[in-house]
Amino acid sequence: MRILGISCYYHDAAAAFIQDGELIAAAEEERFSRKKHDSEFPRLAIQFCLDQAGITSRDLDYVVFYEKPLLKFERILLTSLQTFPRSFNQFRRAMSRWLGSRLWLKSQIQDLLDVDSARILFSEHHLSHAASAFFSSPYSESAILTLDGVGEWASTTLGVGRASWDGKGKNEIRSFCEQRFPHSLGLMYSAFTAFLGFEVNEGEYKVMGMAPYGTPRYADKVWKVIQPAGRGSFRLNMDYFSFHYSSRRSFSSRFERLFGKPRNPDIPFVLTRGEGQVWQDALDGEGRHYADVAASVQLVTEEVILGLARELHARTGLDRLCIAGGIGYNSVANGRVLRETPFRHIFIQPAAGDSGGALGAALYAYHVLLQKPRRFVMEHAYWGKSFDGASIRDAVQRRGFQPKTFSDERALVQEAARRLTEGQVVGWYQGRAEWGPRALGNRSILADPRAARMKEVVNRKIKFREPFRPFAPSILDRGIRDVIEHPPDRPLDPARFMLMVSPIRPNMRARIPAVTHVDGTGRAQMVEKKANPLYYELIRAFEDRTGVPAVLNTSFNLKGEPIVNSPDDALSTFSRSDMDVVVMGEEMICKSTSGGLA
Amino acid sequence: MKWARRLSNRFSVVGELFYFLWRQRLWWLIPMVAVLLLFGLILIFAQTSPLAPFIYTLF
Repeated sequence: MRILGISCYYHDAAAAFIQDGELIAAAEEERFSRKKHDSEFPRLAIQFCLDQAGITSRDLDYVVFYEKPLLKFERILLTSLQTFPRSFNQFRRAMSRWLGSRLWLKSQIQDLLDVDSARILFSEHHLSHAASAFFSSPYSESAILTLDGVGEWASTTLGVGRASWDGKGKNEIRSFCEQRFPHSLGLMYSAFTAFLGFEVNEGEYKVMGMAPYGTPRYADKVWKVIQPAGRGSFRLNMDYFSFHYSSRRSFSSRFERLFGKPRNPDIPFVLTRGEGQVWQDALDGEGRHYADVAASVQLVTEEVILGLARELHARTGLDRLCIAGGIGYNSVANGRVLRETPFRHIFIQPAAGDSGGALGAALYAYHVLLQKPRRFVMEHAYWGKSFDGASIRDAVQRRGFQPKTFSDERALVQEAARRLTEGQVVGWYQGRAEWGPRALGNRSILADPRAARMKEVVNRKIKFREPFRPFAPSILDRGIRDVIEHPPDRPLDPARFMLMVSPIRPNMRARIPAVTHVDGTGRAQMVEKKANPLYYELIRAFEDRTGVPAVLNTSFNLKGEPIVNSPDDALSTFSRSDMDVVVMGEEMICKSTSGGLA
Repeated sequence: MKWARRLSNRFSVVGELFYFLWRQRLWWLIPMVAVLLLFGLILIFAQTSPLAPFIYTLF
């Protein structure tokens, strides 16, 4: 049984292919089109999935789209009418998009793929999210929490999933509670993202990274715009928002009266580090104000998520939880859910946002619509495209680099580890690309976490991004509990995909300052040997030399660009930044020995 | 052949959309959606037809 899942037309278009219930390939369109958060129909990602499986579209049994377009169209029509005439411009734009392409999705799929229209199915947005996490998890029964901006109507769902591995029981995902548009935690967070001068659907991470610089002194004000409605639910006070009738602005003038004028995105949020590790405000209080707003909205978001999780536990009595939807990327909240609620096990798949809907739609069709038994657990995130040694060598030669080839993997990791300890920044390009927005050791930029200056070096000279943004450590699984604080009775599953922020142990903070955020926390990736043996060996080699079982890991891209996919992308990024070394397969290229840089 | 399939697909989607609105008890939206679809068709025609400049001036 071969099923292709597709998600597109909002942000992060993607395709995922499963065969007999096992994931074969999954990738976001942006990796191929090189447009960050590309939302267009994922032609290139679909072609990659088919190529990876070695089939053509004729061999597909089903194609499943991750949401129901007619339900979404209904929501847009009704919302526009409710807010008319203020919504006129938004309505005009939406109709142009819908009548131009989105309504005719079946035709588009059939234009590209040779598949009968009866074999094209549609899953609901939040069911796709729920299925993406639950049917990738190791659980037979689990509570499920989905949280994002909005799908068709739902923005938050509470539910439960059950599935059998032997084909004897019934597979189901049942949502028993949902919060509907416009009451959306995701859209509220996005409104604050826009207020703080960042791009919606891109800058939410930056708000999370900015929050620890502030204190949540505006939390009471944030509770005015999002009000608790009992049993974990909430309602937005729509007087403060305009996203339901405007596509240009997501908050109203009343919101501005409450929080002040929006931050000018052209003025960088700069907190310069003074002597003695004291962070000082360089913007005469203005930067501090916005940091405090970020801290307040982050705190309230965490409290709402904790409330929802506690309610879900009370209703299901289960100790396993799957989280999906864009808010699943809020790794600070995920860490608190695992530490502070009765859930002992949490699973979040690496593409928790809309791209993951492609995987969820395919898994939902296979397990729930077709009632096929479970066969798959997502143990790693490496489902994207890989390039063989010949392709890498060809790209290297075409660009005129002079690589050093290491046929012995051990020698390669030793040399890379040595260079890291010398303070060099190393691009690490190996195997299949990661699924989801996190680089987890196959398309990564690595540096020494012991050197505090590395944070600024990588932010300013390598990635050209905002200096306040933190970096994450990749830590060996056997040493991770010595580095972070975590309850001993709770597994660290979300850390496998770098989806959980934890306090760094006080004795480690000074040892790994480059990956310790200003509030003493870090978004650790737990590296397991079975998931990525080469990366594991590299960190072990680094540990042998330094006694620290961790490296600084950030995604292999420059600001505003998608993570590199092909060897050409990697070499282009290497050339345009101050990276010292790039390791691609068994080839190592150093700036000083690379000859003519392309 | 492809265009015939595309046309038939689009008619089928329009049918599904009207049926969906009826089933959701949103029958009162049908006239508005019909007008929107008609305008959509005119716009698509206007973009692709040699008559485009004349149609543009009409509006």
